[in-house]
Amino acid sequence: MQLSDLLEETYLALVGNKVRSSLTVLGIVIGIASVIAMVAIGQGSQASIQASIQSIGSNLIAITPGAQRGVGQQVSAGRGSSQTLTAADASAIQAQVSSVSAVAPDLTKRYQVTAPGTNTNTQVIGTTPAYLNVRNIAVDQGSFFTDQDVTSMAKVVVIGPTARDDLFGQGSDAIGKTLRINNISFLVIGITQSKGGTGFANPDDAVYVPLTTAQHFLAGVTYVSTISVSAVDQQSMSTVQQAITTLLLQRHNISNPQSADFSILNQNDIVSTASSVTGTFTALLASVAAISLVVGGIGIMNMMLTTVTERTREIGLRKAIGAERNDISNQFLMEAVALTFSGGILGIILGWIVTLLVEKFASIHSQITLSSVLMAFGVSAAIGVVFGYYPARRASGLNPIEALRYE
Amino acid sequence: MKTLELKHITKLYKSGGVEFLALKDVSFDVEKGEFLAIMGPSGSGKSTLMYTLGGLDTPTSGTYLLDGKDVSKMDEHELAVIRRERIGYVFQSFNLLSRSTVLRNVMLPLVYEGVKKEERERRAREALRAVSMDEKLFTHMSNQLSGGQMQRVAIARALINDPALILADEPTGNLDSKTGEVVMATFQRLHSEGRTIVLITHEREVAEYAERIIHVRDGQIVKEERDHKRHIHPDLYATQ
Repeated sequence: MQLSDLLEETYLALVGNKVRSSLTVLGIVIGIASVIAMVAIGQGSQASIQASIQSIGSNLIAITPGAQRGVGQQVSAGRGSSQTLTAADASAIQAQVSSVSAVAPDLTKRYQVTAPGTNTNTQVIGTTPAYLNVRNIAVDQGSFFTDQDVTSMAKVVVIGPTARDDLFGQGSDAIGKTLRINNISFLVIGITQSKGGTGFANPDDAVYVPLTTAQHFLAGVTYVSTISVSAVDQQSMSTVQQAITTLLLQRHNISNPQSADFSILNQNDIVSTASSVTGTFTALLASVAAISLVVGGIGIMNMMLTTVTERTREIGLRKAIGAERNDISNQFLMEAVALTFSGGILGIILGWIVTLLVEKFASIHSQITLSSVLMAFGVSAAIGVVFGYYPARRASGLNPIEALRYE
Repeated sequence: MKTLELKHITKLYKSGGVEFLALKDVSFDVEKGEFLAIMGPSGSGKSTLMYTLGGLDTPTSGTYLLDGKDVSKMDEHELAVIRRERIGYVFQSFNLLSRSTVLRNVMLPLVYEGVKKEERERRAREALRAVSMDEKLFTHMSNQLSGGQMQRVAIARALINDPALILADEPTGNLDSKTGEVVMATFQRLHSEGRTIVLITHEREVAEYAERIIHVRDGQIVKEERDHKRHIHPDLYATQ
């Protein structure tokens, strides 16, 4: 029997039973579509979570103070309380650790910030111009303060767009105006571009002042609250982290790494943690969808068994005029595969539409990958073979004499 | 030249520990071009005999030669080849594929033989003309035809592989007597063209269209007739 004849027989048999064929295909369509949509949504969220972590900074390593502990004392003041991290540490990292592209120390505290007629409580970040590179911040209007401003403790401020809106009104031009922090006047020289962040440490709701200004005039301290380091590339992040740890332990005269007075957070670690969370989430969604695919496959088997029973006499006739076992089993197997295959194609289209709708109306970012489409295709064809095999075997094994007599 | 040679054929059925001897030492020959009727009541073993002749079943013992080839010892695959190439079946209930066209039904045996499409269609048209089917019906769905037309399509299907033997199992059983006569006339004409036909029936009237009648009862041949009064269909006088 030639392939073209087999395909023609399959087509005629399936079209001859339109309602039943389409209902059976529907089971596969729903299964494949949900797998495609679920995987797309899962992978999309994974990508968008990764992107938002990446936007904090490029290859960022953040050094925060650890617990303050006096010599021989067992009382810990808690993490972040240590005051041993200084701008000098930042300079040392810049000078002595290789593969570092930028280092920016900062002293961040919340203050009541006032402008004529308004005031707001926002974070005041005292830092150096390197902060722009390290934290992926760009200046929208005006300019950022310079190293010269840092050295001279200039009373200048660069404000985030949200802080600008709160203090000077929505979208207003704030450059050249003054605002007061802790009753000290600052000249607004720049406004940063919106990063669209939200929540606790929103980079848009912040004002930036030179580090030395913040240390001397606002906080009256000499330490810094964070040192942000940007590594040259992703691969060198762990070696940079290692080198910084060694350097700071040595600078702080600490011999036991367990009692370090600082802790280091690596952006890679956050990304991989988030990825594993979203990966689990995707797998969960996909496995729920896979169950519906299996149910669809059982539908195929059910229909094929009914078909074989209904067409017993036809099978008998085909054998009587010379069809062999393989001819019969290929015919029924082909019917099952054709059902799942067309279900697969329709399912991919439906899944794609669902994905687009979810993206449009639920604004969940989603991503259909070639691999998930190919997988859906392969799985649907495989389901046809797996669930079509038993009915096909049953058909081909029928005794022609009994099949011809079947009423 | 002998088309069929059956020597001491027995067939034993076993089901659930009960044994049943359906054929008991049956021997007969059919010459090439002969028109033979096998007659008997139901349960006489004539169906078993037909399945054996048609290569759907093998005898428990004895030999069955079709065109000199021993069919009785063949395996499943060899039997399928014999059915495909050497046998043409005509059934009581026609057994046409209802949702397929007349042409497609007739071509079906050639599909399994792997014959090319153009060749299949040419031979199908030829076979349909041989049973006097109207050309206009060739592309009709087979379930739109009358009973007599269906049976003639089935005969055309049996003819298409130019078989050594045409086996007809109660071909008029589902037809009224008028259309039954037309179908029998078709067989007689095929016989006059040199075809070898074996007809299985329980009706004397139908059997009388054949040249020779074998009576089967309880799995044995009980009587053979050659000089009975033959039915000759009036159409056949016209063509002769």
